[in-house]
Amino acid sequence: MSVRLPRVVDEVVSRPTWPGTLPRPMEPRNLGVDYDTAWTRKPWARAVRRLLVDNVTRPFVALVAKPQIFGREHLDPLVGPVIFAANHTSHLDTSIVVACLPERFRRRTVVAAAADYFFDRPWKAAMWSLALGTIPMERTKVNRKSADLAASLLEQRWNLVIFPEGGRSQDGWGREFRGGAAYLAKRCDVAVVPVHLRGVRPVFPKGASKLRPGKVEVRFGDPLWPGEVRAPSGKEEDARRFAARIEESVALLADEAETDWWSARRRAAAGETPDFRGPDASPWRRAWALPASARRTRSPRARSSAKPW
Amino acid sequence: MSPRPGFVLEVDRSTPPTLFWHGEGFRFERLPEGSRVVYPPEPLPGLTDADAAVRHALEHPVGDSAPLSALLKPGMRLTIAFDDVSLPLPPMRRPDMRQRVIEAVLDAAAAAGVDDVVLIAALALHRRMTDDELRHALGDRVFDAFAPHGLLVQHDAEDPAALVHLGLTEEGEDVEINRRAAESDLLVYVNINLSAMDGGHKSVATGLASYRSLKHHHNVRTLQHSRSLMDRHHSELHTSNWRMGRLLRNAGVKIFQIETTLNLDMFPSQFAFLQKREWEWSLADRAGFHSTRLALERTPPRLARQIFQSMRSPYAPTSVQAGEVEAVHDVTLENLFRQQLVPVEGQTDILTMGLPYLCPYNVNSVMNPILVACLGLGYFFNLYRGRPLVREGGVCIISHPTPWAFNPVHHPSYIDFFEQVLAETTDLVEIEKRYEQQFATDPWYIHLYRTSYAYHGVHPLYMWYWCAHALDYLGGVIIVGGDRAAVRRMGFKPASTLADALEMAEDVVGRSPSITHLHAPPLLVADVS
Repeated sequence: MSVRLPRVVDEVVSRPTWPGTLPRPMEPRNLGVDYDTAWTRKPWARAVRRLLVDNVTRPFVALVAKPQIFGREHLDPLVGPVIFAANHTSHLDTSIVVACLPERFRRRTVVAAAADYFFDRPWKAAMWSLALGTIPMERTKVNRKSADLAASLLEQRWNLVIFPEGGRSQDGWGREFRGGAAYLAKRCDVAVVPVHLRGVRPVFPKGASKLRPGKVEVRFGDPLWPGEVRAPSGKEEDARRFAARIEESVALLADEAETDWWSARRRAAAGETPDFRGPDASPWRRAWALPASARRTRSPRARSSAKPW
Repeated sequence: MSPRPGFVLEVDRSTPPTLFWHGEGFRFERLPEGSRVVYPPEPLPGLTDADAAVRHALEHPVGDSAPLSALLKPGMRLTIAFDDVSLPLPPMRRPDMRQRVIEAVLDAAAAAGVDDVVLIAALALHRRMTDDELRHALGDRVFDAFAPHGLLVQHDAEDPAALVHLGLTEEGEDVEINRRAAESDLLVYVNINLSAMDGGHKSVATGLASYRSLKHHHNVRTLQHSRSLMDRHHSELHTSNWRMGRLLRNAGVKIFQIETTLNLDMFPSQFAFLQKREWEWSLADRAGFHSTRLALERTPPRLARQIFQSMRSPYAPTSVQAGEVEAVHDVTLENLFRQQLVPVEGQTDILTMGLPYLCPYNVNSVMNPILVACLGLGYFFNLYRGRPLVREGGVCIISHPTPWAFNPVHHPSYIDFFEQVLAETTDLVEIEKRYEQQFATDPWYIHLYRTSYAYHGVHPLYMWYWCAHALDYLGGVIIVGGDRAAVRRMGFKPASTLADALEMAEDVVGRSPSITHLHAPPLLVADVS
């Protein structure tokens, strides 16, 4: 049953339409990458976020993802600020990473979120930036504003969660890591902690409309520092090379998740870590090769209830 | 951001409904696709220091005039005349521009040791101003210094002893104006130029004149040939006034003209939606508009009128110029058109307009049917330069409740004119011929004009004449939402809705007519090419 507002209320609430014969002027933007999130880091907003994360996000994550956390000990020696670089297969990834961070990091963490997706409407921008501390990140092109904001927050000792693939995986395999996390780490001289999330895709893959509760594993890897490895030429490691190293670390965690720590380390030492991005083959073969933990199949119940007529 | 100029909107499917003024209320009308709406410009920024601008203007006059301080001498007779309650509309917030200017003039007069100073409200044949209205226009300081001593007077066009005949123009027009003004060593005239019609030689030649003088340009023939009243060079009314003004100059009347222009910031913040374009209305504007509209629909007309009449405009002055009359007026027109001019391409078959609750002649009063006609066909129709917005033989659709109601104190002769004369004929020439003398010389009307707060007996005829150009030019006039009997009495056609009116208009202008809506007030002047 639809509810119709009284006409006068509708006329007040609804924005007037714009005459098609007039060009729309560029309005001062407070959306997308220009959205000002400063208010979400004020004490009252942090208090609200803390309440939300503790009483909504974490219970929700526990309910639908039942996360198991591995490698949290890698975070112990870190003082912060830290960049958490994770693989990305689902919208749930952000909530899961935030929920699984130790409290001392969780209370002072912002999340780089797609400016074109999470900040395209005022209500969305306000909701996500308040609930999870998201900041807008341009992902379709290089944007100095995004980088400057993230760097200034790191300098103010905020931790940053970032998904270097620049978007959720389409098919369950990883994608090339972009240089944003590496660049910020080098610019602010902070550690990058690789994070691998296993089993999130079956719970809520891209394009899904329903949650299917499951079990998720969250692995934190060894912190990576910019400049700790020299390039083969002997020069200082650049951001592109550092990004590749972060990707390799996440791939190692992925291998560890599918096998075991020792086997994964040995394969890594031999340079035989399975390709994080999957086989370079046709889509069906990539789907065929996908580990079971990344697949989402229709439930037997759903299949039996399907009526072909 | 600099204020945006006025423009013409072409209505399409996604254009929101258009706001129409409707007396003490509003209508929200969806115009047919392809219609045009002429929007006024946004208000220009006001002068940063209005008082300094006034002082500068007095000491740096334009045209062939010495600075005011050089014209002031001890022992001289100084008269300061000022525009009456008909300007500006709505009345502006304190301080009124007249107060600012007159205080500056009096400061200069005091510094020069001028003792003999009289202030005159330039009423012409308008009603006298109340003490409250004078106090509002002039400020407490001026009012309290002059009114108790009888030095603040109101022009009396029916007092033979207070008038002086200065001669005839080359066209045989009598020039008879206020004696005190004419015989002063210096006459300072303080204008508020809200529209291009105001100011120039019209200030003294009309504002301080008698019926004997006014009848030469306030008549059917002159007003039929004033095309338009906003275009001085094509207005017979102004040409006549200019002839009289030059005769005044030749007769030795020394005039120091001060003209001021205001921006279009006409409505206070609670009515901000009236100054905005409908598709740019914010949530607050929409809430303000709909709550106002709903409240007004449930408010008794008398109370609604009081609410609107108490409105004071936050106008800001945009220019002040002083000196020789014609040179001053040229600068004034430049400043006015800088604010009000909107270029419009081509004419239209049907011109629509929503009339507000106020015209120059019903401040603190009801707008009676004759004033509705005058405002629509005399003023709004004439808001053009070049060619009228509507083509010859086109139709004018007016939105106004047009109540059959009169203020018996302010408009006694209007009642008789409406009840008796218009019941017999609406023909301008016939009315002028058969009834003008009777109304102009009626001793009871004259008595009320001189002693009460009544407009002169001939004033309703003048308001009817004011429609002369439009009535001569248009193929029909339709009033939407008006009192049907009152509308028919004036020879116009009533319609319940705009859609009905547009249907009726098609009988005159043909099918698929072009439609243009004049989105005023705020005021604008369409520069029609």
